Amino acid sequence: MSKSVLKALATTALVGVLAAPATAQVHNLGRAALPAEIAAWDIAIEPDGTGLPEGSGDAYDGEDLWVENCASCHGDFGEGAGAFPVIAGGEGTLTNRRPVKTVGSYWPYLSTVWDYVHRSMPFGNAQILSADETYAITAYILYSNGLVDDDFVLSRDNFLEVEMPNADGFYIDDRVESEVPLFSAEPCMSDCGEPVQITARATDLQSTPEGVVTVFAPDRQPAVEASADAPASDGDSDGDGDSAMADEPVQEAAVEPAMPTLDPELVAAGEGLWRQCRSCHTVDQGGRNGTGPNLYGIVGHAAGASEGFRYSNPMQAAASEGLVWTPEELDAFLADPRGYMRGTRMSFRGLRDEADRAAMIAYLTSVTGQ
Amino acid sequence: MTDMSDDDQQQTTGTSRRGFLRTAGLAAGGAVVGAATASAQEADPLITEIQDWASATGEGVDAAPYGMPIRFETDTVRRTVPWLTADPISSINFTPIHSLDGTITPQGCAFERHHSGAIELSKSDYRLMITGLVDRPLVFTYDDLMRFPRENHVYFCECAANSGMEWAGAQLNGAQFTHGMIHNMEYTGIPLRVLLEEAGVQPEGQWIFVEGADASSNGRSIPLEKAMDDVLVAFAANGEALRKEHGYPIRLVVPGWEGNMWVKWIRRIGVTHSAVEAREETSKYTDLMPDGRARKWTWEMDAKSIITSPSPQMPISHGAGPLVITGLAWSGRGAIDRVDVSLDGGVNWQTARLGTQGGKYALSRFYLEIDWDGSPMLLQSRAIDDTGYVQPTKDQLREIRGLNSVYHNNGIQTWAVYENGAVENVEVSS
Repeated sequence: MSKSVLKALATTALVGVLAAPATAQVHNLGRAALPAEIAAWDIAIEPDGTGLPEGSGDAYDGEDLWVENCASCHGDFGEGAGAFPVIAGGEGTLTNRRPVKTVGSYWPYLSTVWDYVHRSMPFGNAQILSADETYAITAYILYSNGLVDDDFVLSRDNFLEVEMPNADGFYIDDRVESEVPLFSAEPCMSDCGEPVQITARATDLQSTPEGVVTVFAPDRQPAVEASADAPASDGDSDGDGDSAMADEPVQEAAVEPAMPTLDPELVAAGEGLWRQCRSCHTVDQGGRNGTGPNLYGIVGHAAGASEGFRYSNPMQAAASEGLVWTPEELDAFLADPRGYMRGTRMSFRGLRDEADRAAMIAYLTSVTGQ
Repeated sequence: MTDMSDDDQQQTTGTSRRGFLRTAGLAAGGAVVGAATASAQEADPLITEIQDWASATGEGVDAAPYGMPIRFETDTVRRTVPWLTADPISSINFTPIHSLDGTITPQGCAFERHHSGAIELSKSDYRLMITGLVDRPLVFTYDDLMRFPRENHVYFCECAANSGMEWAGAQLNGAQFTHGMIHNMEYTGIPLRVLLEEAGVQPEGQWIFVEGADASSNGRSIPLEKAMDDVLVAFAANGEALRKEHGYPIRLVVPGWEGNMWVKWIRRIGVTHSAVEAREETSKYTDLMPDGRARKWTWEMDAKSIITSPSPQMPISHGAGPLVITGLAWSGRGAIDRVDVSLDGGVNWQTARLGTQGGKYALSRFYLEIDWDGSPMLLQSRAIDDTGYVQPTKDQLREIRGLNSVYHNNGIQTWAVYENGAVENVEVSS
């Protein structure tokens, strides 16, 4: 056992003695957690600001950080992209049929925003944001919700002064009083009402994955024939994850040009780097379009060609001018996406290291097959 | 389905041509609705002819050091509904409850819910820290934890959003999709109380905040009273190590309470004075009510039941005559006392037989054997738990909660059964 561990043990024991009702360790298993370890993992921020570190950031800086780290999923202004959460807006919608639950319209505590951004975002690359950056992004989220001005500076000192519009919108579970008594009577067993009628049928919505139901009601069409004159869903009957129904898998496999033999080490390195991309892109054959298009067969393939994906205007323009993602073009794009193509929706900052780009392109080539 | 493995696609390999034709013929025969099976016109060649499997030998031992289900069981797989979520890394799939029987869910087909994907964390890299308002902040390795006394309990784990897509009306055709965010396993673990006592909870500590080691961390606050009662720090399910997708090597088990609190890959337990109000207990897993306010801390899963067969994925293939109606029932407030089944959409009820009466916070399996006359039915089941709570109808819940609460939909499900044996998810007037 190291000296520092022993020291920490001694300190902890002393604290234990001083705290009044200290109970004895029964099993004497485990060891004292060191201050540096507690600091690394005990990062929760509580509603009263407990846990907030020193630091500050303003909405201006927050906007830059937002565009770089957050906008690809949540939209430039927090409006959301694909089916990723909407962060801003939604004010006054909580009694609507389709409420928009955002930081501004729903979240009761600002501490939750700071805590979550700092520990779990960006999706696929969590825990990279410094305290100042987290203050800045939190300030930008407040700004995008119309809660502060654009020159607002958020810090630990003024954190609790921010008023969250829905702070009083929550109450503790009252089912035991409001529901349980209603549902605790001895239930009726016979002639419990008029004969019932069918009022809605799941088959009409056609939202069940295909192929799992094989026997259909005598007078009803199987849901797998959903293409041409499918009855429209009333749009009101789905649950939490609405609005993503347009994502159709890409069905056609691209025809690949012959590629040189790949270096397995390079491919493996590229696969490691791919972790940064997979929250927006799929790369498997027939994989779905997410925030970014499916990239199966991308190397050597025409740009802007993943079926069903809404490309940015400049990408569509480049596609119509015949841009092909040769390794050279991909290398240039990946080096500086927004420099290469102004207005691309891909907010990824790019791969500055040439070797990383080569690895990424090798990986994309490898998963495509030869 | 996308879940099919190579094995499934090679299903006909190794089957003799004769055997294959015979199987195909049988399958077609099975689809003839109403075909009488009581008397045979011709001798069944499966009986009168010597079959390959009765003559040649089968596989030797160790063909599969860890076995998978036989290749015919391709329907018993988890399935997802892609449009539900933005990304499969933060998503959900569903247990094939329609094709399972008994009450224990095999780990390999028990539903998954991840917020940042299923991570790989080895036992040797695993650490559990207890911090906050304790006398002794402690760090445990996996090996340390194996030296504490342990217990075994069967509990269900249900996602708070199970049946959440059905709030506004019948939406998905299949018990797997309407009710499959549930599994039921025998857990082995250390009572959390034992670990908290080891650290020494200080008097001002009223809550714990639990976090996972994955990027989402999925932090949740749990009142100390529950933490000291029946929460387990579990390392095994159904007798073997947890699966990666269920939090290997260690997850929290919070009996009767919503699945989101069963933090996987748990790495820190912080003892606090009040609730942390993290993202998963404010922005999510709160229940929006019709007045625009929301219930929070809705932890218990109310009593609920579902007929798993017949169901849309399990149509009646044998026509009129003896029919087994079966399903599952559970309650997060206790044990299941009784399950009633209705064939006419809730006008008349009969009490089903409990094949397995689960304990507190565990699944029960019910059966009702009937002589089906081949006419349409509107099947429903309702659970009654040992507190006397009776599973309500969906309309009763909507009257109180409106349509926007997303979570905790424990309303009675209706399956329409048609003359041809097809089954559909429907809503009925009440």
